Amino acid sequence: MKILIVDDFSTMRRIIKNLLRDLGFTNTDEADDGNTALPMLKSGKYDFLVTDWNMPGMTGFDLLKAVRADEDLKTLPVLMVTAEAKRDQIVAAAQAGVNGYVVKPFTAAVLKEKIEKIFERIQ
Amino acid sequence: MSDSKKPHRGLEPEVAEKLKQQAAELAESTQNGDYARSMTLINELSEVRDQSLYREVGRLTRSLHEAIRNFQIDPRSAEQQEALSKMTDASDRLEYVVQMTGEAANRTMDLVEETMPVASGVREEATALRDEWQRLRRREMEPAEFRELYGRIDRFFVGLAKDSDTIYGNLSEILMAQDFQDLTGQVIQKVTTLVKEVEEQMLSLVVMASHVDQLTGTVHQIEEKEESPEKGVGPQIKAEEREDVVSGQDDVDDLLSSLGF
Repeated sequence: MKILIVDDFSTMRRIIKNLLRDLGFTNTDEADDGNTALPMLKSGKYDFLVTDWNMPGMTGFDLLKAVRADEDLKTLPVLMVTAEAKRDQIVAAAQAGVNGYVVKPFTAAVLKEKIEKIFERIQ
Repeated sequence: MSDSKKPHRGLEPEVAEKLKQQAAELAESTQNGDYARSMTLINELSEVRDQSLYREVGRLTRSLHEAIRNFQIDPRSAEQQEALSKMTDASDRLEYVVQMTGEAANRTMDLVEETMPVASGVREEATALRDEWQRLRRREMEPAEFRELYGRIDRFFVGLAKDSDTIYGNLSEILMAQDFQDLTGQVIQKVTTLVKEVEEQMLSLVVMASHVDQLTGTVHQIEEKEESPEKGVGPQIKAEEREDVVSGQDDVDDLLSSLGF
């Protein structure tokens, strides 16, 4: 299980990386926005994408849309972990094909629950 | 509008008095057919108006300048006093907050990452020893094995004391890493005060400008600038008071399940 973590703040990437490790996912890579993430996703054979929304350069929302529009990536499970809390945004993310949505600040238990739920559905 | 009842903000009583007096004189001279005098009075009136506007703008400019000049966190430091732009200074200070909080978060995470394996090491050895200990109690242990266990327990106690010290020390350091809050809190409060002062002065300027617009009959076309939710708007403040914003993960889950998630 190879996971890509995308967030512009290194501390948040580190927190998510740690939580994922506690859940048994040790194979993780990091990117600081959509522009760096997309080429990694295209060449890196990732199984799961965890992304923030609000980032300079390419946002997580645009990254999500780019992933869904890409023939090779369109089935990649995507979890948004973001401070964006407007109802319209959550609806838009759902319509764009997000698999899970976690609002910051979040707990380890919430992240675990959402990730497990996503994998349950895939299997 | 309440403007007709309330004296214009910044219009000094003597100016208001002068206006009243001149207005009365103007009415009188017009009635008496003294138009030359009327025209002079009208000119004087507009001069009074202009002067009070200039004075108001001047006053606001001074207080704005004062507000910016007063923005100084450590007036004892010479180079800070020499800082050219206090606004730049304010953003530098916020940059400092970002840096401090980032450092503290990383320091804390370093210590946590260092401590976690120590805690799980203790746990693993304790579990293993408990299993051995139970074998001993069930008398399933050979004397050689017992001697081995004896030494292992000894080493465990020594290690336990050492590991507890490490954990305790790291926890203390995590505690100390939170000292940024005091410093960043002070900086943020100073910047907040500046923002509030500037906001007040700006508001006065806006009110002032609207008076000028009213007097001159100027109408502005101002385009509404809306933030783009697609770009991301960041954390929402006072989320529980707002309808268009979720107030937590439960809200998100409800919303998503209502969409068939």
